[in-house]
Amino acid sequence: MRADAPIRDNARAGRLGPLLAVFRLPNDDPRKTLAVALALCLVCSVVVSTTAVALRPLQERNAALALKEEIVKVAGLSTGGRSLDEAFGQIETQLVDLDSGEFVEGADPLTYSYREAAQDPSASTALGDSDPADIDRRPDRMPVYLVRRGGELETLILPVYGAGLWSTMHGLVALAPDGRTAKAFTIYEQRETAGLGSEVASEQWLSEWSGKVLIEDGEPVIEVVKGGVDPSSPNAEHRVDGLSGATLTSNGVANLMRFWLGERGYGPFLNRITSDRG
Amino acid sequence: MEKTPGRLVLEPIVDNNPITLQILGICSALAVTTKLAPAITMSIALTAVIVSASVLISLIRQHMPSSIRIIIQMTIIASLVIIVDEVLKAFAYELSKQLSVFVGLIITNCIVLGRAEAFASKNPPWPTFLDALGHGIGYSVILISVAAIRELLGSGSLLGAQVLPLVKEGGWYEPNGLMLLAPGAFFIIGLMIWAIRTWKPAQVEKPEYRINIVHRTEGS
Repeated sequence: MRADAPIRDNARAGRLGPLLAVFRLPNDDPRKTLAVALALCLVCSVVVSTTAVALRPLQERNAALALKEEIVKVAGLSTGGRSLDEAFGQIETQLVDLDSGEFVEGADPLTYSYREAAQDPSASTALGDSDPADIDRRPDRMPVYLVRRGGELETLILPVYGAGLWSTMHGLVALAPDGRTAKAFTIYEQRETAGLGSEVASEQWLSEWSGKVLIEDGEPVIEVVKGGVDPSSPNAEHRVDGLSGATLTSNGVANLMRFWLGERGYGPFLNRITSDRG
Repeated sequence: MEKTPGRLVLEPIVDNNPITLQILGICSALAVTTKLAPAITMSIALTAVIVSASVLISLIRQHMPSSIRIIIQMTIIASLVIIVDEVLKAFAYELSKQLSVFVGLIITNCIVLGRAEAFASKNPPWPTFLDALGHGIGYSVILISVAAIRELLGSGSLLGAQVLPLVKEGGWYEPNGLMLLAPGAFFIIGLMIWAIRTWKPAQVEKPEYRINIVHRTEGS
């Protein structure tokens, strides 16, 4: 037995109080085993939760800033010379009730989190079988971002998300005022296969979306196809070239787009916006 | 057998490298080395975790009941990894987005637990600190060199800056897609092990099994 060293240590610990007496027991005593396990768990949980709580405001600020940056970018507004907040200030943020398509009054869209809402049974709807984007629950309200120039709607930005191969991909799609043509598209959060699926977030692929007509007669028609899009084919404006080596990720993007632009997504809102205009 | 502080730090870098000699931590060496930036962050994160975990374990080594020692080590490592993850999210948000899954996997990184069990639980804090630091650096050296090769050949860039102009952007370099996949890292690590063992033949293991050639003169 290597008992000599622990005993010396334990004599010192003994002065710290009778509670610590248990640490004077030999290491193979079950009481000591329990005490060590308890003490370790206590210390570790306090340290971990303190760090998490102390850093949360910083982390939330980072996430909010990153999102604002993405919105400004997809809106086509340059931050050139201006601060991010100034650029973002030009964008009107609204909360939309997805079922009715109406704006929600009296709620602060800037503090609303659709991710939290999706977890909350009272603020979301279970999708059951009709869940192409594979998100289980759809929030009842979503924030939308509107860019106006001289009172006229110029760009409409809709947050979208859905499952890829490994992860939930979060993106923003910017639509022209007709509510069916994509101006820009971005995926700002994904954890797809590095080098293959992760190309969904590459500027090169995302830029293929601009100019595509996503909706025809109120139905989402966009497709992600294999093997390239022939620009002369009649459906070219409804098709986006899939990523090679990342079929499931590409399909995920097509599915989430179809879901969010469909009647269970922004469909009612888009109908209302476009019929108002015209 | 006492080792000098210098040996403790330097030995794991080439002579006893955790990846190329001990063949540990291969999983993360495949996963985070497609680009240089995440590999560097991962190296710093792992070195921070292995050093602090080993020192903490060394401090409480005399009070560790042997029946639950692995769980104690895992709990300490896991807590430290969560802290590293939270710190990255707060101060290096972009990188944490690329890394988050793999930072979590430091918990299961064999190098960290290996040093905790093999060295930290038997040695005082100072030698433990040096040993852990050496292993952290040894891991980082390999990780960063693999990532540099993979990013250069796979994407034609280093740290995101384009070095070789790509064909699809009008240049001449056709990126090697194999480098972006896990097998690419296997090839590179394999070649590195070959190179190191040619340089230091002492690392070559004796074959565990030799085929015996039996000459038979009559049928059985």
